[in-house]
Amino acid sequence: MKEIALMKGNEAIAEAAIRAGVDAYFGYPITPQSEVLEYLQLEQPEKRTGMVVLQAESELAAINMVYGAAGTGKKVMTSSSSPGISLMQEGISYIAGAELPCLIVNVVRGGPGLGTIQPSQADYFQSVKGGGHGDYRLIVLAPASVQEMADFVDLAFELAFKYRNPALILSDGLIGQMMEKVELPEQKERVSTFDQSWVTTGKTNDRERNIITSLNLDPELQFEHNKKLQEKYKSMKQDVRFESFQTDDAEFLLVAYGSSARICQKTVEVARGRGRKLGLLRPITLFPFPEEEISRLSGQVKGMMAVELSTGQMVEDVRLAVNGKVPVYHFGTFGGRIHSPEEVMNAIEDKFIGGF
Amino acid sequence: MEDIREMIIQEQNLVYKRTRLMTDATLSYCPGCGHGTIHRLIMEVVEEMDIQSETIGIAPVGCSVLAYDFMDVDFTQAAHGRAPAVATGIKRLWPDKYVFTYQGDGDLAAIGTAETVHACNRGENICIFFVNNGIYGMTGGQMAPTTLDGMKSSTSPYGRDVQKMGPPIKMTELIAQLAGTHYVTRQAVHKPGNVRKAKKAIRTAFEVQKEKKGLAFVEFVSNCNSGWKMTPNEANQWMEENMFPFYPLGDIKVDGKLVKNL
Repeated sequence: MKEIALMKGNEAIAEAAIRAGVDAYFGYPITPQSEVLEYLQLEQPEKRTGMVVLQAESELAAINMVYGAAGTGKKVMTSSSSPGISLMQEGISYIAGAELPCLIVNVVRGGPGLGTIQPSQADYFQSVKGGGHGDYRLIVLAPASVQEMADFVDLAFELAFKYRNPALILSDGLIGQMMEKVELPEQKERVSTFDQSWVTTGKTNDRERNIITSLNLDPELQFEHNKKLQEKYKSMKQDVRFESFQTDDAEFLLVAYGSSARICQKTVEVARGRGRKLGLLRPITLFPFPEEEISRLSGQVKGMMAVELSTGQMVEDVRLAVNGKVPVYHFGTFGGRIHSPEEVMNAIEDKFIGGF
Repeated sequence: MEDIREMIIQEQNLVYKRTRLMTDATLSYCPGCGHGTIHRLIMEVVEEMDIQSETIGIAPVGCSVLAYDFMDVDFTQAAHGRAPAVATGIKRLWPDKYVFTYQGDGDLAAIGTAETVHACNRGENICIFFVNNGIYGMTGGQMAPTTLDGMKSSTSPYGRDVQKMGPPIKMTELIAQLAGTHYVTRQAVHKPGNVRKAKKAIRTAFEVQKEKKGLAFVEFVSNCNSGWKMTPNEANQWMEENMFPFYPLGDIKVDGKLVKNL
């Protein structure tokens, strides 16, 4: 039977984590995502599934608890918001280098610095280009609803374990705080068997000792390791996900993810009401990025506009995919402000005047 | 000559052999350094307790960053200072396994101060092995949080000026005052008698973990003849004359109770 609840996005992530059979959550409070840890402490998942929940002394400690625990093959996660995610970057780099699966949730707020606690999409670069030091990538999922906040927990772990790579859910303060109807996923069992080829659970007589490390003092070994990582990141293309909204006959295209995509969907409806052939492509995976679909659409539309709650970050990836074939503009508001569908409509008409 | 050796080296005459839990890899430590002895003692205890299949070590950043090359147990290499957090993550998910960190003074008492203090305060049921030689060895002899007053290093070339740089920190006395620590001791490994006592301390630390009584913390005051720019013998003598008065050897907390006035 379907279980329906009215929840905040942050609460949906927490409940979905318990139901996904997650083994541990380590976190530190920060607005606007504190409800994740609060919900878990209130819910006492150790009694429901045996899931461990621990409030760490800092985001540094939290991500390193994730690193240690992920090395034992269990499903572990953390969540934070922008400044806290910045603090975690060292640990995330180690996790990526050591090729461990885990889930990191970023409920983004405006920056730089302490910034604002209001929603933003200004952490796009940090999320999809690596974030910490060294050549690495995260699997990045961008939910646009409370339902997707819940659904992407299990999906993120599926992809993280498939590629032995950290996955990141890139949300924002709007989706984290917004309440919506959500159909809760079914309860999964916690995993009890582990891949003994890499986990640190104690060296038994039937195997060599396992070492979780990102250290290769020999440059030839590090070269080979980097090459292997890059091949893995390329292979992630097969899991690219996006949603197309009225793109079939579109003459102009909006590209937006997460909460901005929700706003742009309304803009498309308004435009269509005025007889204008506007479409929306919503990347669901920001890494891997739906570059092939955007490239394909660049042969069909007269122009594109990336609409983001930032001064323009994803627009660079859209331009790379379009490769100069049609004009690509950016529109966005930032610093914790949220644009309205009308503002997006005005921006489109301004840029492509006479184009409709 | 060969004949005599074969006559002597026989099973019934053997009083000592290397633990099978030390690998055949050549130690990367300088001759005269205490790290190799401490590695061996930990592995001897793991072998004697028969817990290799349940033991996970955490290697730090510092001279012992490659500790996993020498100890034949599962290992996770941690970022600088984060070993107690990494150990927490493992231990919370595998409470019946044995988890230990192996950390130097820069790792544990400078960059990782918060992780050390909070893991101790939570009483994480792990062992922390802390090697204090008063210097950053791997990066070439810079001033450490535990560098003594007036002691020269490459970043305190005229000697540590405590007015400018603060005094050396006694991390072991500090964490002994936290409720989560159950056993806290300070040892050395430069003489056979100290080696025996140090091994006993390591054994006690693992027993505390076995009985789930809280955090066990063993500091080893050790030498760094390369960083101190001395011969191994000079370094040991200097350690006795200068390090031991400031970092006195012996138990600080036993069975959860302070046994020393701090």
